[in-house]
Amino acid sequence: MSVILDILASVGMWEAVLRIATPLILGTLGVLLCERVGVLNLGIEGIMTFGAMIGWLTVYSGADLWTGLAAAALAGAAFGMLHAALTVPLGLSQHVTGLGITLFASSFSYYIFRLAVPTASSPPTVEPFRPLPVPGLSEIPFLGPVLFNQTAPTYLALALVALLAWGLYRTPLGLAVRMTGENPHAVEAQGIDPIRLRIGTIMAGSALMGVAGAFLTLAAFNSFFPTMVQGRGWICIALVVFALWRPGRALLGALLFAFFDAFQLRLQTAVEGVPYQLFLMLPYLLSILALIVMARRARVPQALMQPYRRGER
Amino acid sequence: MTRVLELDGITKRFGATLANDDVSLHLDRGEVVALLGENGAGKTTLMSILFGHYTADAGEVRVEGRALPPGRARAAIRAGVGMVHQHFALAPNLTVLENVMTGTEPLWRPRSDRAAARRRLAGLAERFGLPVEPEARVSDLSVGERQRVEILKALYNEARILILDEPTAVLTTQQAERLFATLREMAAQGLSIIFISHKLHEVMSASDRVVVLRGGRVVAERATAETDKGELAELMVGRKVERPARPPARPGAVLLEAADLHVAGKGGAALNGVDFRLHAGETLGIIGVSGNGQTTLAGVVSGLLAPERGALRVHGAALRRHDVPHAIAAGIGRIPEDRNAEGVVGDMSTWENAVLERLWAPEFSRRGVVRRGAARAAAARILTDYDVRGARVDGRVRLLSGGNMQKLILGRVLEAGPDILVAAQPSRGLDEGAIADVHRRLIAARERGAGVLLISEDLDEVIALADRIRAIVGGRLSPAIPAERADARRLGLMMAGDWTEAETIEREAADAL
Repeated sequence: MSVILDILASVGMWEAVLRIATPLILGTLGVLLCERVGVLNLGIEGIMTFGAMIGWLTVYSGADLWTGLAAAALAGAAFGMLHAALTVPLGLSQHVTGLGITLFASSFSYYIFRLAVPTASSPPTVEPFRPLPVPGLSEIPFLGPVLFNQTAPTYLALALVALLAWGLYRTPLGLAVRMTGENPHAVEAQGIDPIRLRIGTIMAGSALMGVAGAFLTLAAFNSFFPTMVQGRGWICIALVVFALWRPGRALLGALLFAFFDAFQLRLQTAVEGVPYQLFLMLPYLLSILALIVMARRARVPQALMQPYRRGER
Repeated sequence: MTRVLELDGITKRFGATLANDDVSLHLDRGEVVALLGENGAGKTTLMSILFGHYTADAGEVRVEGRALPPGRARAAIRAGVGMVHQHFALAPNLTVLENVMTGTEPLWRPRSDRAAARRRLAGLAERFGLPVEPEARVSDLSVGERQRVEILKALYNEARILILDEPTAVLTTQQAERLFATLREMAAQGLSIIFISHKLHEVMSASDRVVVLRGGRVVAERATAETDKGELAELMVGRKVERPARPPARPGAVLLEAADLHVAGKGGAALNGVDFRLHAGETLGIIGVSGNGQTTLAGVVSGLLAPERGALRVHGAALRRHDVPHAIAAGIGRIPEDRNAEGVVGDMSTWENAVLERLWAPEFSRRGVVRRGAARAAAARILTDYDVRGARVDGRVRLLSGGNMQKLILGRVLEAGPDILVAAQPSRGLDEGAIADVHRRLIAARERGAGVLLISEDLDEVIALADRIRAIVGGRLSPAIPAERADARRLGLMMAGDWTEAETIEREAADAL
């Protein structure tokens, strides 16, 4: 028991929560945008992998860290355009297309990685984002290091939560996006082109997925290896349901998952005699539980996964 | 009178079919015009062209003298054309205000002005007598309220010309009357209105002028005051349509008897002690304002619902189990109220739908394997015998029009030769020609000796078909009156729950037949 309390009282644990949560926040926002406009994007796992690779490669080739993030965003948007082109105007299966993009983007990442680094046995590292203490605020005991001594992309992710919440609920564009996910015919009837809106939104969401991946190489692990995303993309898909398709709740969900992840990591070393795989399962089990509780209240976007064709009902 | 809208020589072709053939039409300020035509006459196509959903192959749309660019919904909205779709273009998970606001502000504005929008919506609601709760979620609204939101959406877009596509298709009689009162009020305030319909009585009561469309062409135009239902029906169908007359009843033994049926009615209205007897060779009509238990009653008799109390006896014996297979086995044929949801499986083929209810009959399956040949032959027979048009044995049922779908269902049910036929709203949404066909079939079934339980909101239909009429109010049945003594006023009183002692005595006399 005291072991658990020790972990919960440590600054390091809570600092890790926000760090672990960052890629989940970005990825979940990305999925959320796509689904709000009515399209499932199972390409996230692959897009995150590709974002991780291209972000790392850009910085490894000498560009600065922000250029790396931008490259990942662009690459994400490009895969988003591919997904959108296949699922929106052509109306293909969103499941199959998304999984195809995940397989393709993951393998393609490794291919480019091997072209760039043909021989190295251990993956080369880059100089990552350093923690950026917020002047004054980072001096607050406990809360300071936990909240205000994070890297710049973490602050960016938090700002994006607020921006997206505002955008979706307070702007005409956000209303049109939500409406498209509910009933694209209604959007069309109001003189807005739902197809263009879907393509644009999917690209924006996929760009966020690319940035989520780049966070892993540029702020967490400092190097790229092909299996590094490790199902984080799938977690984001589940977190969107947990979040009931709302940005604020997406943040909450990402933090909750990150908390259990950080907690189990520390339990692994602190508790002896229990196979560490059991602890590894903990966050996933709890996510399933949380999903069961939350998903019952979900208001799924009504047009999710329904291709829109003009003039057809 | 100022001319606000002109359609000039509109022609539209879909593949081999000419949906609109040189259609011209005009609308004056403050006028209510009915666009009358059977299903498939090209009414909706014409209005979709006007609204910019389709591009016409030839012809021009002019609003207040200026030509509209073809195929641009946005331009139509700007010019003041508002469309109320038959299948509402609403987002159920969003609020009323959000539904109304979408697309009304510049998309890239950093902040929506919800307060101003709410004020404007409240103003419109007040002015036209269309009360709504702006923050209510659309999924929580009734069908009538949703239509109100659709109309408000058009008004919010500053529509001066309002187009309503079959606005009463989903409404109850009362809701429809309210709607037409609202439309009148709007016309009085200077709006111009076109409504699409194939119902003669509403065209007669609500319009100033009628334009009749048949086979994609305008076949006639009449001032409503100078025409009558008979003439319009003939113009619309192109031949004289007469609803069949009912020969005198020769009631036989009691086929179906309900005693003190009680159902709590999850999701539907409850039944609170329903008694009736249905004899061989007679039609018992049940009228009522929707939501008074008729759907529940139909569900109980067709085996979909089990009563909590009371009994349902078929041929004098209580139904062994209240489920659909037992009901069918007991000889109960069912024409469900909602064709699309309960009558057919839209994405399955015609032949599959035609045998679905009798799949286990040895005729159609052997050792668990479907006898496709026999099933398809039976389906083909139904298609010819019941004059189901536009259907192929292998075609998807979803592609059929409402009337043809209903004929397929009738064929499926009547081929099995049921003793008892439950017909719930059998002609809802059908055009005149199809209604006459359905009525003919129901009368034929009764002549053959079946008992028909007709549940309908359409009083003309009930008066024409039923031998005895009872009203359902709050889950109870009124006493029966013979059809000869039924008139609109009397039926109206019955549906309002105002039935007298004298008639109770009459019921006992009639039921004792």
